Amino acid sequence: MQISARRHDKTTIFDVSGDIDFANSPEVRQSVLREIREIRASRVVMNLSQVRYIDSSGVASLIEGLKASRDLGSRFILIGLSAPAREVLQLSRLIKVFEIYDNEEQALAS
Amino acid sequence: MSRMKTFPLPTESNDQEQKSGHRGCLLLMLALYSNPKWLSVVRGTVERLTETLGFPAVQVRSITRAVDEALTNIVRHSYGNRPDQPIAMYFRKTQRGHDGAVQQGLEILLCDQGSAVDMNKLRGRPLKQIRPGGLGLHWIRQAMDTVEFTRKGPTNQLRLVKYLTRTSNTP
Repeated sequence: MQISARRHDKTTIFDVSGDIDFANSPEVRQSVLREIREIRASRVVMNLSQVRYIDSSGVASLIEGLKASRDLGSRFILIGLSAPAREVLQLSRLIKVFEIYDNEEQALAS
Repeated sequence: MSRMKTFPLPTESNDQEQKSGHRGCLLLMLALYSNPKWLSVVRGTVERLTETLGFPAVQVRSITRAVDEALTNIVRHSYGNRPDQPIAMYFRKTQRGHDGAVQQGLEILLCDQGSAVDMNKLRGRPLKQIRPGGLGLHWIRQAMDTVEFTRKGPTNQLRLVKYLTRTSNTP
């Protein structure tokens, strides 16, 4: 799994690729929560287009990001859901809980 | 690793397939330590195995996900994140009578010797609650036809079974 961050003004975009599982989801969680709570980004965008697999701990990290954003009045957005990522969010009935866009342009224009 | 640990053997099952005389044939055995870095290796193995046995793509993904979540639960809860504890996995053929036909299936046993599992924690949580945690058990139950937990002596055993829907396939 690889995660990298790009910052534009008060927006942070995380590009995540590979498998998110229990071995590395703490890194995703820590990166996301730091951006929300310490950097105070007003909008955090998770690009999941290159995610091949995501387990329940990975989904839990996304839920924690969403909750932390709500607590601080910022936005937490998912973009470009890969088929595996979309499948697990649907299985978990979370697909309508998150703000989701097809791509980065749509998310930045929202 | 300072010394080789003993990997747990499966406990006797009390399921109907066993009682009726059908004994699963061992297809594959994996012995590994409880380090999360092996999760991806096991996923790759289960994916190839279930493909080879003829499960459709959607079930290949769901069975792989179920095994991954079960293994993660052992690492987290049974072994408390200690990375050097033994886990054994047995993949066996099984079958059952269903609608007048014989239905072939795959039985997966996950065995560990960690602390006893609290059965109350094996229920998961309602999906309508939006909070982290508890999703893995839902995915396991959604994916598998049988989910049974037993503890015998020092061994925890989780038995997962998935049957092929097409009777023509022979694992």
